[in-house]
Amino acid sequence: MPSLFATTREYSGITLVDLSGRISLGDGSALLRKTVRDLLEEGRTKIILNLGDVNYIDSSGIGELVSGFTAVRNRGGELKLLNLTKKVHDLLQITKLFTVFDVFNDESTAMRSFE
Amino acid sequence: MAPETKHLEVTLDTHVESVNLAEEMCVRVAEAAGFNEDECYRIGMSVREGVINAFHYGNQEKPEKKIHLAIELTDERMIIHVLDEGKGFRLTDVPDPLAQENLLSTSGRGIFLMKAFMDEFDVQPGKTGGAELVMAKRLPVLGSPHSNGNGSASNSGAPHQEA
Repeated sequence: MPSLFATTREYSGITLVDLSGRISLGDGSALLRKTVRDLLEEGRTKIILNLGDVNYIDSSGIGELVSGFTAVRNRGGELKLLNLTKKVHDLLQITKLFTVFDVFNDESTAMRSFE
Repeated sequence: MAPETKHLEVTLDTHVESVNLAEEMCVRVAEAAGFNEDECYRIGMSVREGVINAFHYGNQEKPEKKIHLAIELTDERMIIHVLDEGKGFRLTDVPDPLAQENLLSTSGRGIFLMKAFMDEFDVQPGKTGGAELVMAKRLPVLGSPHSNGNGSASNSGAPHQEA
């Protein structure tokens, strides 16, 4: 069974990616990488990753989030994070990545942040 | 009476699945030792990162090489050893992932997470070459917030300080 699932929604040029499962070495990290790369190939550069159902991230997953962030920014876009679970929140905090990512707890606020 | 030490040792293939297997094994031992859910998560994550390190950096993902995992349970601590068959490395050579210039690096956080989540962490030269990661967590006192209340954790009554 895949360790991560991703579904995308689009509103007003903003793409929301709902992720559920684990972003970890192997399938999870690979799926996140492919999802972000595919969106960029389609010219979608305003991206929100909804991590509300992501219950586990390891260093490989953290690396993939950073890689996605950089790839989107290099295309002139922005990648933001929504609904962090406590474990993911704590991981981003101790790795100081909270200072790098725009993080939101509310979908509409995250959407408005692109205006 | 001499303190009892329980010892478990396995040899893992250099394969992604070994990472999950090692994590699951250590979490089960940690649960049985009496650690609560949060501490089991931290131990599991640390083992995971140790085996990822051995898989990727130590053994260079070469399938003919092995990863050696050992778990020791003493009266006071759970000690985990992860030994690879690579060239070894020194802890002082590992870049600080919190340094401004490394914040956007896509790798290099595993050692940091192990140090953050365990009470003790060190890298030693392996007896047969490679690097041996050694990490330890003090067992919870039964009834403490770090105990799940039903393990065989230390019950000596001695206070255990947090790192």
